[in-house]
Amino acid sequence: MRVKQVFVALAVVAAMPAFPQAATSATPPATQTAPKPTAHAAAKPLSEGDRIFQQQCSRCHTAPEGFSPHISGTILMHMRARASFSKHDEEELLRFLNP
Amino acid sequence: MPCLILNFRHFKTVRFAVLAASVLCASRYGVAQNIPLISGGAGFFSDTEAKQTSFYPIIEPLLAAPIGSHLLIESRAALIESYYPKGIDEPGYDHMHYIALTYLQGDYFATPYLTIVGGSFLIPFNTYNDRLSPVWIGNFQNGPIIANIGTMSTGTGTGGMLKGSAISSPKYSIDYAAYFSSRADNMQFEAKRSDGGRASLYLPEQRLEVGLSYDRLLQGPPESHENFYGMHVWWEPKNSAFRLRSEYARGHHADGYWVEADYRTQAFGGLDSVIGRFEPVFRMQQSFRRDTIVSDGVPLVNTQRADFGMNYNLPHNTRILFSYSRQFSSKGNFNDWQTGIVYRFLFPVWKGK
Repeated sequence: MRVKQVFVALAVVAAMPAFPQAATSATPPATQTAPKPTAHAAAKPLSEGDRIFQQQCSRCHTAPEGFSPHISGTILMHMRARASFSKHDEEELLRFLNP
Repeated sequence: MPCLILNFRHFKTVRFAVLAASVLCASRYGVAQNIPLISGGAGFFSDTEAKQTSFYPIIEPLLAAPIGSHLLIESRAALIESYYPKGIDEPGYDHMHYIALTYLQGDYFATPYLTIVGGSFLIPFNTYNDRLSPVWIGNFQNGPIIANIGTMSTGTGTGGMLKGSAISSPKYSIDYAAYFSSRADNMQFEAKRSDGGRASLYLPEQRLEVGLSYDRLLQGPPESHENFYGMHVWWEPKNSAFRLRSEYARGHHADGYWVEADYRTQAFGGLDSVIGRFEPVFRMQQSFRRDTIVSDGVPLVNTQRADFGMNYNLPHNTRILFSYSRQFSSKGNFNDWQTGIVYRFLFPVWKGK
């Protein structure tokens, strides 16, 4: 009886990691990323947001390869404080990062 | 009566249009949420001088948490573990660690032109301290020789700062920062009593940025109050992945400059091709002592240093850094070999809906 309980307990512990995986696979993907800004792009005409991104953000660093759209507003607040860009630039960048 | 019907239909049309616009806006901006984020860099570096190699694992996380639409709390920390040889005649390595908050500040967006910053903040003098110092941004492992001129040896101030974009147009923009720092002897937020600021002009069409900085140490006896002057020029030609950055800084006891250039070619399949990911980097720097009083971290004798780097930008925000430097001074010349790998991370603190 005791052995059986131990086996049941082990089976439950072994199965535990599978449940979150199954649960997450049933939910829609949460890793949707914002479009990658075309920093350094040469040929095609730029949108206002792309132009501002190149001028204001790429001056110091390269573009991240992607990030959750849930933090795009926070990124812009952070960058507004750090890079001192205008409210207009912030709004255009928000549109650019969330097309 | 037809008019009323028309009006009613018109009203329905407007109502439908408003509803459609609301749905459109909701779908367009619904994803733009202000969830707190963690960003920063994690790296592993090695530094070889005089056949002695040291290793530096480092993590630099940054937390940014908005409170409403006008207030942002942000902080950056540095966690460094240094492994260095015990000595020339002694085998083995010793190690020490360093954990500290680099800054912790609140940003209040008062108007489109003004942001009020309070807390412990990076001193806005020239560009390296508050724009290029994060581990995932810098092209070289080491900062410039003159990085401590004008940054009050700690790099941070404790007090308040006003900053923002004074003018922004398609032709030019001007931004500014003015701060006052009180003396703080707290181990986490050490700062000196000082004030100062920076103003920058940016010409978008020419991709040229020119800025002037000034600050003054207000601590100690009046004769030790020191003025610092700085100037920076950045040029990043349009439609090119070439960047030229430079700074000059002058204090009472030393001055110096650095000029840095980096380039990525688009000629062999673009920047994300195997060749386009290579990034040659070069930096020239000189420092000059004006007297023997040391207040700024600059070497005791005139020093010249040339840094040659070759970085490789891997996919997934990872970068390999490699550089060779040769330093010249009357105290002796030496070589410095540095390698490293840096990963930049950026993710929400929690999962959004």
